Amino acid sequence: MALLAASAVVFLLLRLAGDPLELLVPPDASQADVEAMRRTLGLDRSWLVQYGAFLAAAVRGDLGTSFYHGVPALELVLERLPATLELILAAMAFSLAVAIPAGIVAARRPGSLADRLARGVSLLGISAPPFWIGIMLILVFAVELRWLPSSGRGTLAHLVLPAFSLALYRVALFTRLVRAGMVEALSQDYVRTARAKGVSERRLLYRHALKNTLIPVVTVAGLQMGSLFAGAIVTERIFAWPGMGRLILDAITKLDYPVVVAWALVVAAGFVTVNLIVDCVYSLVDPRVRLG
Amino acid sequence: MTRSALVTTVVLALLLGASLAAPWLTSIDPLAQDFGASLLPPAWSEAGSLAHPLGTDRLGRDVFANVLHGLRVSLLVGATSVAISLALGVTLGLISGYAGGRVDAALMRAADVQLSLPPILVALAIVALFGSGLWRLVILIGVINWAVYARTVRGSVLAVREREFVEAARALGVAAPAILARHVLPNVLTATVVVAAVELPRVMLLEATLSFLGLGVPPQVPSLGTAVARGYQVLFAGHWWVSVFPGLALMAVVVCVNLLGDWLRDATDPRWSSRR
Repeated sequence: MALLAASAVVFLLLRLAGDPLELLVPPDASQADVEAMRRTLGLDRSWLVQYGAFLAAAVRGDLGTSFYHGVPALELVLERLPATLELILAAMAFSLAVAIPAGIVAARRPGSLADRLARGVSLLGISAPPFWIGIMLILVFAVELRWLPSSGRGTLAHLVLPAFSLALYRVALFTRLVRAGMVEALSQDYVRTARAKGVSERRLLYRHALKNTLIPVVTVAGLQMGSLFAGAIVTERIFAWPGMGRLILDAITKLDYPVVVAWALVVAAGFVTVNLIVDCVYSLVDPRVRLG
Repeated sequence: MTRSALVTTVVLALLLGASLAAPWLTSIDPLAQDFGASLLPPAWSEAGSLAHPLGTDRLGRDVFANVLHGLRVSLLVGATSVAISLALGVTLGLISGYAGGRVDAALMRAADVQLSLPPILVALAIVALFGSGLWRLVILIGVINWAVYARTVRGSVLAVREREFVEAARALGVAAPAILARHVLPNVLTATVVVAAVELPRVMLLEATLSFLGLGVPPQVPSLGTAVARGYQVLFAGHWWVSVFPGLALMAVVVCVNLLGDWLRDATDPRWSSRR
């Protein structure tokens, strides 16, 4: 249902945007050539017929052929999907791995040096322009120090800079979230009870307090997956990462409809999948949530 | 006002003042090209010149002038688009909260959709479809960010709606728009101002990101995003200053506004206190 709605919206918006033939045909093409091309691409029929034909083909897994690359659009997008997923998942894993411990340490003693440090760094993290951070990383680690490659994909070393630049904002966001949640949880009665009863500090932090902090973290992490798809567009451009983001920037400027539609559907499918995963994780973290 | 909030305000005021006074602080036109002075380093390095304190880019445009004028555009775009979102969101939020029922359900569903879509994706799609331009961009950013205000206002309206003074006004036969404007609006304003303060830096970053991708303000308008993108092209040759300074300026403003936003939130709503 969500996919159907997304496809209809994208389809309509694209048709409002302009005539791709103006960009496709050479300026010296005759009117007859233009019309012939319009017919082969199916652009001479009404919008409704075009959308119907598109839907009929879509359920068979055919989202049309790219006007420029001449290959099936879905194939083109799916080909780039692993690269983008690799980048997004690496960024997500890294940000959670850093933010959860950092948030816990900061929350244990509010106002301590560690807390102030965590808050200062996360303030910078959410304030830094994401595209600029990528460029600064290239400047320091690729141009000056020459430790890491600045572009392309392949080895783990290629992944470090793009994933880190995409992760930074999320590290800051999750650290703030975990810290706030832990401060809240640690002031609750059940924590005091557990402490009074002699539960070890470690068990108290990770078992009692953290579990109650994780629900909002899971929610926001799910929402962030969506904005990671968006953020990846910028990151992929800066680091010449061969993912969907670069493909879509290209397709948008060239009005390559089938690719844009295929991309939108893949991203929408990604959103739906993430929501499903988030719901499953809820039930893992919170036994009160039942999957019905 | 805490000491850090005071310091932040002063720094922010200086930055804002500098950007507003840009035409008087530097006599150089930020767009003027000078091929004789191409890629000059900042004034403190050996090859630098005092005429261009922060150096020049590949076409000899002054980086300092670009930072000041770019900041000005950034603030202009940020403030006006936040004002548009505010007007739109507050109106829809008032309607939604006061009308209730189906109108409320439909508006809040729309808000959910808007909030679940990353703004940069929406902006990118719309800019790609309908083209860009300074005012088009301002309106676009303003229109796609209404939901957070509508949500906040709706919540406050629900809380205020059943209070005695609203009931009294209704009993006296005051029309709904008048009740909303005179009795409800003043009570929801504080919450909205806090949201606007938190939103402003995000909107400024959105404009800069779009401009960086070449889909934001047109090239004849100085923008920090565009300036960083130009610096990116010469980065590998070691000309760091072209991209470093514009980004640094933007980050400084965003840090200040974020700090003040946090402070404002803590000061107006003790539940949100980040200190505790």
